[in-house]
Amino acid sequence: MRAVRLSVVTAAATAAALTAVTGCAEKSDGKGEGAVEVVAKDDSCEVSKTKLPAGHIELAVQNKGSKVTEVYVLFPDDRIVAERENIGPGTKATITAEIKAGSYEIACKPGMKGHGIRQKIEVSGGKAAKRSPEMDKAVAAYRTYVQAQADETLPKVKVFTDAVAAGDIEAAKKAYADSRIGWERTEPVAESFGDIDPKVDVREDGLEDGQKWTGWHRLEKALWQDKKLGAEEKALAPTLYKDLADWQKRVGTADITPTSMANGAKELLDEVATGKVTGEEERYSHTDLVDFKANVEGAEQSYKLLKPIAEKNDSALTATLDKRFAELNKLLDKYRKDTSSYEFTSYDKVGKADRKELSDAVNALAEPLSKLAAAVTK
Amino acid sequence: MTEKTPEAPRDGSAPSRRALLGWGGAGLALGAAAAGVGVAAARSGDDGPATAADSGAAVAFHGAHQAGIATAVQDRLHFAAFDVTTKDRAELVALLKEWTRAAERMTAGHAVGDGAYGGLAEAPPDDTGEALGLKPSRLTLTIGFGPSLFAKGRFGLEDRRPDALVDLPKFPGDNLDKSRSGGDLCVQACADDPQVAVHAIRNLARIGMGRTAIRWSQLGFGKTSSTTPDAQTPRNMLGFKDGTRNISGTDTAALDKHVWAGAKDGPDWMTGGSYLVARRIRMHIETWDRTSLQEQEDVFGRDKGEGAPVGKSKERDEPFLKAMLPTAHVRLAHPDSNGGATILRRGYSFTDGTDGLGRLDAGLFFLAYQRDTRKAFIPLQRRLAAHDALNEYIQHVGSAHFAVPPGVRDKDDWWGRALFS
Repeated sequence: MRAVRLSVVTAAATAAALTAVTGCAEKSDGKGEGAVEVVAKDDSCEVSKTKLPAGHIELAVQNKGSKVTEVYVLFPDDRIVAERENIGPGTKATITAEIKAGSYEIACKPGMKGHGIRQKIEVSGGKAAKRSPEMDKAVAAYRTYVQAQADETLPKVKVFTDAVAAGDIEAAKKAYADSRIGWERTEPVAESFGDIDPKVDVREDGLEDGQKWTGWHRLEKALWQDKKLGAEEKALAPTLYKDLADWQKRVGTADITPTSMANGAKELLDEVATGKVTGEEERYSHTDLVDFKANVEGAEQSYKLLKPIAEKNDSALTATLDKRFAELNKLLDKYRKDTSSYEFTSYDKVGKADRKELSDAVNALAEPLSKLAAAVTK
Repeated sequence: MTEKTPEAPRDGSAPSRRALLGWGGAGLALGAAAAGVGVAAARSGDDGPATAADSGAAVAFHGAHQAGIATAVQDRLHFAAFDVTTKDRAELVALLKEWTRAAERMTAGHAVGDGAYGGLAEAPPDDTGEALGLKPSRLTLTIGFGPSLFAKGRFGLEDRRPDALVDLPKFPGDNLDKSRSGGDLCVQACADDPQVAVHAIRNLARIGMGRTAIRWSQLGFGKTSSTTPDAQTPRNMLGFKDGTRNISGTDTAALDKHVWAGAKDGPDWMTGGSYLVARRIRMHIETWDRTSLQEQEDVFGRDKGEGAPVGKSKERDEPFLKAMLPTAHVRLAHPDSNGGATILRRGYSFTDGTDGLGRLDAGLFFLAYQRDTRKAFIPLQRRLAAHDALNEYIQHVGSAHFAVPPGVRDKDDWWGRALFS
């Protein structure tokens, strides 16, 4: 969902600078290095410097306009490096980021919407992050996995969207959860393309003013709650397919680093903890446990690829993670007929005590998983 | 990164490790009045000399008894009961050691582990950070072991369960919610700053994830008892001073007689420990508020303004029990009505917002320490549950019982060492 969609990229940027920070003893707190001043007004976005050295940058933002604003640091393709929302009129905010050499844009969005007022900045110098061959191997293997998930998902999406377009409610219901598995397994990467997630995976409560509700959950509601597929819903089916085809095409270009893989694994568990354990994600279809399982599988894939690196630095951590992944998977198996099936118990049939057991098992895994990135990079 | 992260004290100065003497209000409590004479002083679990009161100070963690029992009652509470989720005894022991070290740090006003900032950018900080800049605030952390921890086939402790750690009987009128009752472990966090108490439980819960899970927890905002019977007596949510006299935290004779488990009382590992009963007592606030003053005073056996027992003029006057109605709370709970049974009360008022019907979800989170629950809380509560006029206005909705081991002696000792050795 929206709240975490971009952290893979942010983490990637952080990883680049980490090597540099690690190399010197001094703590980089962003002070005294000359913050870039950004003055945001209702009709302008003034930036005090447009040429910056690579590394740690700090933006000192002042909102001198009359509207609440947000300020972004963006890659040329609009992926977000860092952002700050809800900067009230007359208030100040600080944004820090670790930036590699390259072209970027700073965007002020008065009223917190639209394309924003843009300023180009150039970042130069600095050293590229050091990467070992085994790290490159892990990243390459993960990239292959992510692409394969998208490739395998599209035909399943087709089954779903064809059924919706044909008005076949039963067939659509049957194909729904399956069409989401590949997406859920690789969600942090999918969400790093900021524009796709709001189109395909937004829930009704996540809509912004004026945003049209499209995607899986819109159709989920039509199928399970409204129990009818009108012309509007039928028309949304090909749109969903098209948006996911776009994801399939672009997913291979995502910026992936060992750190972003590790953090992505943790984020998948965060997704489970905040959306699935509560039953919010699939509130009409109650197929939350399918997403749950897919999130865990995706996290486990990242972990397995990083494990050889992490194990050298922190073998106690990898031993714990092995155990906790196994425990959570075992617990999830209680809710499906056999281990090759993705038919899970409907989540509305999972009682309070069982939900707590699942929640405890997620916490048990997510807490040590949050230490994986450090074990990979140290 | 190999760089050492500096310790992260919560404030600039080194926290005081001195034993603490706090001067609080005299207590009131629901459930039982208690005998106990003595002056208004309480120390931590340590036997060191008492010093001047300072609500920002630290209470010594190490001592013969755990702090948080005889310690002058702090203003705020966060109490948590845990289920042990690991089946591995070694993992549980490792956790108890980690918890002990974290508790040492937090009670001294330090952040846990490597602190809340300044570490690896890639990793979440060890400490959650919300207590940065706050004083130790007399934080005490007190651990207890519930009956279920000793169950057969769990951790090999079935032979070590103290006889006094009984499964509490069902009392008339109990309406216990399973999800607010029981627990393999408990930690009582008391502090004068609520954020310090919450921080402590949050960080212990986080450290425990995968080995323990919180079963239930309770916040308390106003102390209803005090181990420093002097000055103002706080009132409970019914507006009354109740349980004016509690065992004083400095009355070693009374503590030894009524609170600390003795060498001959049970297993060696409990010598110097105590037994804790926790009860979540919901009060029917709205019906109480429309009860006449006369009835309210009759129910308690005290007047509402001064808190004086029936027929007396001052709160601390010796109550003449026969002047009270036979169903009066004070009369029923008084040690003289219970063969001398006496408990040390440490309860807190709570208000968890409102229930779905718009009624205040408020009451007393009753905490009582005693040498042997079978001779103290159980007979007392039997009597109260059967006869107390107050029962019309209260309901017990949560219940737990814990064996609270003796204190952690020093930096090498840990919570439960004697039990697991």
